[in-house]
Amino acid sequence: MSNAKLIAESGKILDVAAKDAPLTVRGLTVSYGNKPAVFSVDASIPAGSMTAIIGPNGAGKSTFLKGALGVVPRLSGEVRIFGKLFSETRDRVAYVPQRASVDWDFPARVIDVVLMGLYGSVGLFRLWRSRHREQAMECLERVGMADFADRQIGQLSGGQQQRVFLARALAQNAEFYLLDEPFAGVDAATERAIVTVLKDLKSEGRTVVCVHHDLSTVAEYFDRVLLINVRRIAEGPVETTFTAENLQETYGGRLATTHIDELHLA
Amino acid sequence: MSFLDYFISALFLQAGYNSALVAVGAGLLGMSAGSAGAFIFLRKRALVSDAISHATLPGVGLAFMIMVAFGSDGRWLPGLIIGSAVSSAIGLLMVEWITRKTRLTEDAAIGAVLSVFFGFGIVLLTIIQTMSSGRQAGLENFLLGSTAGMLISEATTIAVAGALAALFVFLLRRPMTLVAFDPEYAATTGVNVRNIDLAMMGLALIVTVIGLKIVGLILIVALLIIPPVTARFWTNQVGSMIGIAAGVGGLSGYVGAVLSAAEASLPTGPIIVLVAFGFFLISALFSPLRGGLASALRHQRFQRRVHRRQGLLSLSRREPIYDGLTLRILRRSGFIRRDGVATARGRVAAAKAARDEARWAVARRMLPEDSAVEHYDGLTPIERMMTPDQIAEIDRMILDQQGGMA
Repeated sequence: MSNAKLIAESGKILDVAAKDAPLTVRGLTVSYGNKPAVFSVDASIPAGSMTAIIGPNGAGKSTFLKGALGVVPRLSGEVRIFGKLFSETRDRVAYVPQRASVDWDFPARVIDVVLMGLYGSVGLFRLWRSRHREQAMECLERVGMADFADRQIGQLSGGQQQRVFLARALAQNAEFYLLDEPFAGVDAATERAIVTVLKDLKSEGRTVVCVHHDLSTVAEYFDRVLLINVRRIAEGPVETTFTAENLQETYGGRLATTHIDELHLA
Repeated sequence: MSFLDYFISALFLQAGYNSALVAVGAGLLGMSAGSAGAFIFLRKRALVSDAISHATLPGVGLAFMIMVAFGSDGRWLPGLIIGSAVSSAIGLLMVEWITRKTRLTEDAAIGAVLSVFFGFGIVLLTIIQTMSSGRQAGLENFLLGSTAGMLISEATTIAVAGALAALFVFLLRRPMTLVAFDPEYAATTGVNVRNIDLAMMGLALIVTVIGLKIVGLILIVALLIIPPVTARFWTNQVGSMIGIAAGVGGLSGYVGAVLSAAEASLPTGPIIVLVAFGFFLISALFSPLRGGLASALRHQRFQRRVHRRQGLLSLSRREPIYDGLTLRILRRSGFIRRDGVATARGRVAAAKAARDEARWAVARRMLPEDSAVEHYDGLTPIERMMTPDQIAEIDRMILDQQGGMA
C-alpha cells in the first residue's frame, strides 16, 4: 500500500473519529488468578495521536495492551479497533512486544525476524520473493539496521534487538502501532532512532501507543497520556492531563514530590 | 556371512527386499521425527512429547483386546496405531487441561500423566499375557522397538505416514516458527497459538505412534529431540535447522535399523538412538559454529589477544611484566628479548597500541553512540572500525589536548 493511499485512508478515519477510533476500550478487566491486574479501564485513542501509557511497575500497563489485543484473555470489557472487533481489523494493527519476552538465542537472522512481519500479507504458505526481501530491507533501513540483516539475532545488543522488533512491525505497514516499553534498557542512539520512526509514523497519519516508563521524556515524545494504576486515573492531552496532581494519584507515595516538580509540568 | 559383511550389504540395500524396506521405513520415520521435533525443541516442550509417547501404551493394550474380542489376530498394526493415537491424544489433552485449568505447572502435569498412563498400560499388557491368545502377542516389543519379523505392509504404512508427517511440517513451518519464537506477537497477527501448539504436539503424536513398532515408545522422544539439538550446533537459521534435523534423524533411523537387522538380538530403538547420539556427540565437539572445540579455540585466541595488548601497553608505559603467558606471547612475537627488554619491533608495536588506546579514549568521548564505538572489544585495530577521516579528526583532538597541556 502506498503512503499516499494510506494517508488518504487515515484522513477518512479522522472524519469519523469518534466512531472508528483506532482503539476504544470499555470496562476492560484482566486478572491473573483472582487479583485483577487491570480493572474496568476505559480508554479512547483518537486517530493520528501519539499516546503514552504511564503508571508504576505492576500497574497493568502491559496487561492493558495485551488485554486490548486479546493476547491475554479478558475477564470482562469491550474492545473495538477501528470500530470493529480485532479479528476483523488485524491487518491494520502492529504490536511490538517487550524484547525480553522472547529467547534471542532462537536460530534466526535479523532479516528472518523482519520477514515475520510479512507473514500476514504473504500468507503462511507461499514462498518468499525478492520483493519481500526488499520490503524487509527497507524497514531495516528505517531503523538503521540494514547492515545487520544477516546477523544472528543472538549477537545483537538490547537496543539493536528493539530496533529489529520495530522493523518487523513496520513491515506490517499498519495504521495503528502498539509498543510495549520500546525504550526500556536501550542506548541513547536507539532511543532517538525509535522516536524518529514513531514521529514519522504519526506524521503519516498513523496512530501510536507506547507503554512508557520514563516520565522525563513524556512531554517531548508524546501528545497524549493514559495514566493507569490497575484502574484508569486519567486520559487526555499531555498539556492538561500530565499534571502533578494526576501523577501523584497514579504513583501514590512512590513518586517524590521533588521528582514531580523536576518534570516541568504543564 | 559375518556381522560386518551383512551390515555393509544391508547398508546398501543388498541384504534382501525386506530388510531394505525396513531400513527405508526407519529412515523416513527418522526424517519426520527430526523435522517435527525441531519445532518442539524450539518451543521448549520436549518433555510433553515424552508424556505423549508414554500415554500410547494403554491404547495399544486396549486396541489389542478389542481386536481379539472381535475375533481377529489382535496384532494388526493400523489397529494398534489407531488405539495408541487415541490414548496418547487423551494424555496430551489432559496435560494441556491440567496446565490451563489448575495452578499446576506443565512439568507436574507431564509427570502425573506420563506415569499414570504408563502404569495403566503395563497392567493391561500383563493381563494380555495371561489371555489365551496373548502369549505370542509380542506387545512388549512396542516398548523398545523391533524390526524382527516386520511385515512389508507394516513398513509401507510407516514410510507413508512418515512422509505425510514431513509434508505437514513443511506446510505449517511458518506459523510454527512464529509461535515458537514469539507467541504473543503471533497471537496479534491472527495465528491461533493454542491450535498451532496442538498441531505441533499432534505431529509428535503421529511420529510417536508410527514409530512405536520400530523405535518403541520409551525412546521415541530421543528421536524427536536429539536430531534438532544436533542440528542447532551447525546452523543459526530455522529452515536449515529443520533440514539438518531431518537428515540426522533419517540417517540415524536408517543406519540404526540396518545395524539391528544385522544382529537380530539387538533391539532396534536403542540402536537408532545410540546412532543419533553419535551424531550429537560429533556435532557438540566439532561443529565450527557452536561446537565445544571451536568455542574453546575462539576463547583461547581472544585470551591471547588480550594478553598481547596488555603486554604492549605495559611496554609502552615501561612497566615491568610479571604474567608468564604475556611474556611468552611477547617473546614469541619478537616484541621482547629473552631478558625482557623490548626489541625495536616491540617498541613500534607498543607505541601503536598506546596510540590506538588514546584514539579509542577520544572516540568514546567524541562519538558516544557511534556503532563503531559500540562494537569496540578493546582490541580491534582502530583502522578496521573507523574511516581515515574519522581517525584524522581524532588525532587532531589528541594534538589539541597535548597543546593545551603544554
